[in-house]
Amino acid sequence: MEPGAVSLIGEVVRWFADPTHWEGPHGIPVRILEHVELSGLAIVIAVLIAGPIALYLGHTGRGGFIAVNVANIGRALPSFALLGVGLLIAIALGLGLGFWPTMFMLVPLAIPPIVTNTFVAVREVDRDVVEAARGMGLAEGQILRSIEIPLGLPLILAGIRTAAVNVVATATLGAVAAGGALGRFIVDGFALREHDQVLAGALLVALLAVVTEVSFAALERATVPPGMAAIR
Amino acid sequence: MTPGEPLVRWEWIGSHMDEISFRLWEHFELTTIAIVVGLVIAFALSYIALRLPRLYPPITGVTGMLYTIPSLALFAFLVPYTGFSILTAEIGLVSYTLLILIRNIVGGIRGVPAEVRDAALGMGYTPRQILWRVELPLALAVIFAGIRVATITTIGLVTVTALIGEGGLGYFILFGIQLFFSTPLLVGAVGSVLFAVVVDGALVLVQRSLTPWSRVQ
Repeated sequence: MEPGAVSLIGEVVRWFADPTHWEGPHGIPVRILEHVELSGLAIVIAVLIAGPIALYLGHTGRGGFIAVNVANIGRALPSFALLGVGLLIAIALGLGLGFWPTMFMLVPLAIPPIVTNTFVAVREVDRDVVEAARGMGLAEGQILRSIEIPLGLPLILAGIRTAAVNVVATATLGAVAAGGALGRFIVDGFALREHDQVLAGALLVALLAVVTEVSFAALERATVPPGMAAIR
Repeated sequence: MTPGEPLVRWEWIGSHMDEISFRLWEHFELTTIAIVVGLVIAFALSYIALRLPRLYPPITGVTGMLYTIPSLALFAFLVPYTGFSILTAEIGLVSYTLLILIRNIVGGIRGVPAEVRDAALGMGYTPRQILWRVELPLALAVIFAGIRVATITTIGLVTVTALIGEGGLGYFILFGIQLFFSTPLLVGAVGSVLFAVVVDGALVLVQRSLTPWSRVQ
């Protein structure tokens, strides 16, 4: 059966209009919250792991080859394979289905763009400025904190944005490993052949990805140091 | 996984070699179709973008938008229209190759030094000859870099198409997840990564043989 486009749009609208889809533990608000929670935590963990390493490498100028190539390795990591391996690890550690297998997939996906961008961001800070700060007697930690990070912040955030959009998109797959979040609508819709539910889920995920992208872009603009904004 | 179940049952792999090679072939097929069709479309759009530079931003804008749509969501959008089919899988897979390919084709050709182009013009090359004999060969390294990234990404994405009834080696990942059976899961996961590594290596060799002059550097 090939439903016409018009009737399908109507079905999706009706699906969204159905108040029962907005209530309870399987409702849209809960699924969105689960999706945001999952993605947010994955990004926080990835930043905590990738940030210090990349800042150290960037500040010392060591390991540039590794930092840049991590991005290429990241692209080669198939998310679905990571989910499968994540499931094995989660079960072996007794962490159960759903949440943790998804987390084990998302964190490795989020790390590479954060490492690469943070490294480049710190490296690209004008060396003369860093030398001047050193000459003024700033300690290495102070240089990192008050010079390199603030000046590199827009680029660092751009890396986190790439990671975040990717994570929000990929978190959808978690539903395959019995996870919650918005992927539930798509995976359940596939299983039940309910096209309206599938499309509604896809729409919500795409929307959330766009919202993530737009909010990070705004954040990047807001964090450009005033001095640099003038130059640009 | 059930207690006492080994991580890998080698005898399962041994007795499923036929299916594994079938799925590997399917993976290869899905990837190749996506890259070839992606290249044809990307070359056409790049040609337009190079001829009419004003159209380059909208072309990268639209393909960039396609690239940001989550893969599962994109397949989900298509399923009501094209069903659980290879067509659905390929529309999705091709969409994801376009941005990378177009950027590298246009970037590669624009990166050809103007003096080289002028020299060819001075030697009496027609614009078509310049494109085929000067610009494309010189841009080949950059174009190939794009093909490699697109191919690796596609090989990973093919596994996701298991959810719409295709999947290549991804079929084993889905099968393993659904049955809590680690052996096929690892066959699919490790297999698809190894496949990507092998294909990438092969592409490097092809690129070297196509651009012998770059070996000198």
